[in-house]
Amino acid sequence: MSDIISKNPTVFFALCSIWIIMILASLCVFSIAKFKKNADHSNLIQRTKSWWMMVFVFSAAVLISKTVSLLFFGFLSFLALKEFFSQIPSRRIDRRVMFWAYLAIPFQFYWIYLDWYGMFIIFIPVYMFLFLSMRMVFTEETDGLLKSLASIQWVLMISVFSLSHAAYLMRLPALASFKAGGAGLMLFLVVITQANDVMQYVWGKTFGKRKILPVVSPKKTWAGFVGGVLSSVVLACLLSPYLTPFNLKQSILAGLLLSIFGFIGDVTISAVKRDLGIKDMGNSIPGHGGIMDRIDSLTYSAPLFFHFCRYLFY
Amino acid sequence: MAKILRAIFYLIIGRFIILVILGIDIKRRELLPAKGPAIIAANHNSHLDILLLMSILPWKAALNAYPVAAADYFLKNKIMSWFSHNIVGIIPIKRKPSAADRDILAPCYDKLSDGKIIIIFPEGSRGEPEVMGELKSGIAHIVKRMPEVNVVPVFIRGLGKALPKGEALLVPLICKVYVGESISAISDKVKLMEALKNSFEALSHEEKHSDFK
Repeated sequence: MSDIISKNPTVFFALCSIWIIMILASLCVFSIAKFKKNADHSNLIQRTKSWWMMVFVFSAAVLISKTVSLLFFGFLSFLALKEFFSQIPSRRIDRRVMFWAYLAIPFQFYWIYLDWYGMFIIFIPVYMFLFLSMRMVFTEETDGLLKSLASIQWVLMISVFSLSHAAYLMRLPALASFKAGGAGLMLFLVVITQANDVMQYVWGKTFGKRKILPVVSPKKTWAGFVGGVLSSVVLACLLSPYLTPFNLKQSILAGLLLSIFGFIGDVTISAVKRDLGIKDMGNSIPGHGGIMDRIDSLTYSAPLFFHFCRYLFY
Repeated sequence: MAKILRAIFYLIIGRFIILVILGIDIKRRELLPAKGPAIIAANHNSHLDILLLMSILPWKAALNAYPVAAADYFLKNKIMSWFSHNIVGIIPIKRKPSAADRDILAPCYDKLSDGKIIIIFPEGSRGEPEVMGELKSGIAHIVKRMPEVNVVPVFIRGLGKALPKGEALLVPLICKVYVGESISAISDKVKLMEALKNSFEALSHEEKHSDFK
């Protein structure tokens, strides 16, 4: 733990500021619940409690060691994949293919541990893609094969391959002029993506009128989207001198990228939930739903931000 | 010693498998009995059913609960018999009693009189995955003899997918658990079985779910 604090003080201070913001936000929620007694605030309070739990686990994962952070992201991928596999329509025989899809997780995160980029980037899209298809053929059950195969592959890509990019960010080294290194970039990604979700919600609740995608996500409005993007760009400019090697122009671009595609990730998962006829992917985070309901935006923002950084600096 | 092993089996190993590897989504947990005597009646799809029921009970109640199981299957050989008796803590019932056996359900009455919770799978065997089989009426005999004992129906969905009968490969999938209102004081055999069947029927249709073929 002292390791991270001494080697990477900016990351430690960034985590401290998250805690300060959480305390301030909790005080706001507390006073709203105390003084505006006419409305039901139980969901807001439950959400805040869950935020505390998530911030606590996340801080511990980042502070203890890089290996623990890696295990944390691996476990998150496992929970996300499990939520999907439990919800998608499947045939009895599909469980055998799903089993192998689960096994992709330890391998994928082991490549990250080894810092073997070449393998990390092709393992799921090439080797798992071909292997799962082969395994599916060997079941000799051709009725509904394509539909099952396509769902399993898509779910593996979105919940393991995409998310693993957030973990790989931590493997990117510090540069001469940029001391925070990969841990700083990962923190930047997670903080902006999550803050963007919250700010979209707040802007939408306050000013929202015109719906942006009424069929997929009836609660999302243009005001929420635009307000979220603008706030994220401002936040990105404020944070990037500490956590990233970006100049002002790059910070603005990063803010736009994370907020716009965070939104796309969110509505993509919403569209799939609508197809499955469910409201939430699970029930593991009280007030939020399942793990996938909380990290839906990251499924888009993590890989795009990773390649943005890699293209510009590594 | 066996008590400690049993606690490790259910409270550590069992809960790790059910809550971490599989995961559960439970409705109305508060309707589960906190103490005995009580009967939990559940549908049966997988060997993991018993681990799941033990994991959703409060730990004190779990250590006080005993599953009713078929003697011919669980007491097949010495090792399995020791494991079933001491670790799983089964109440063995002979499925095909000989003339010498008086009342095969006697061990159930004893456990209930001792204030224990007993777990019964009225379908008997695990059967086809995710399909409800015919209910056997053993449970009605127990209730007729001990009408003060409540029956709590629990419907489990998903374990037949995670670990169906005849498969050794466990695939992590989240299971749904629906706890029903307890059924009490129906001493008429036919009426009790009908109430139980209706309750399972209602619990199984409570939510939309994707098909499993």
